[in-house]
Amino acid sequence: MKRALQILALVAALGVPTVWLATGANRGWTKTSEAVKTLDEVTGIEGISYQKKFLPGVDFLGAGFGGAAVLAGASLFFRKPKTNNQQ
Amino acid sequence: MKLTHIIPLISLATAVYAAPQSFDFKDPKGVNNAVFKLDAPLESINGSASGISGTVSFDPENPAATTGKIVVASESLTVPNPMQNGHLHGANWLDVAKYPEISFETKSLANVKTDSNVTTADVTGTFSLHGVAKEITVPVKFTYLKDKLGSRVPNLKGDLLVIRANFAINREDFNINKGQYEDKVSPTIDLSLSIAGAAITK
Repeated sequence: MKRALQILALVAALGVPTVWLATGANRGWTKTSEAVKTLDEVTGIEGISYQKKFLPGVDFLGAGFGGAAVLAGASLFFRKPKTNNQQ
Repeated sequence: MKLTHIIPLISLATAVYAAPQSFDFKDPKGVNNAVFKLDAPLESINGSASGISGTVSFDPENPAATTGKIVVASESLTVPNPMQNGHLHGANWLDVAKYPEISFETKSLANVKTDSNVTTADVTGTFSLHGVAKEITVPVKFTYLKDKLGSRVPNLKGDLLVIRANFAINREDFNINKGQYEDKVSPTIDLSLSIAGAAITK
């Protein structure tokens, strides 16, 4: 169990920033949609519509590191499995 | 036909031609939008509203006589962050269930300047938000596009009127969390309106 929690903590600590970097390193809040502008050529107005897109922000990064810390902390409450050292 | 008969006919024709047109701003193409921006510590909150309707009476021969009302459906205000969107629509901020509309109704125009098909003016009117109505003056640019409706909406003939306005309001003037959260959300809200209305000719 201890080992599993440590591995999960490591996955979270490495995976979350990797996802954050891979999706554009958004330094704002997490967004679930993105504004798309389309030009109306007759009027010259830029219409705005939203398309679904997940853009993780610093809150996602914080939650990831927080989760990793909690998992790593929880692993301390578990003892290493005893090994039989017969000498 | 006698001259005495022709003159009233010409006068009538001129009056009909010069009559103000009523432009409907419920856009079938859905490009009409109002953009809002608020400063906040981490990043500015940018959003837009698309639920725009209203009518404007505009006479290209006499733009100073322009009147009208533009309405924005409060529920159509959108920001890309779902939590902020929920807060924006909620009872603590816009309370869209109680105040479903944001509107601006003209009272008068000043500093009217026309160059070709473009008119600029300072429009004074009543801005209503969150149940509070306040008189404000907004610099507005009107662009009159004669016979251009067909280019946008096939099978329809008529004119277009494009209205653009950039101005700022203070949320505290409209009792939106007055004196609260100033460190998190700026009291000043920058607004940018870009809308096109159509007047169908028969």
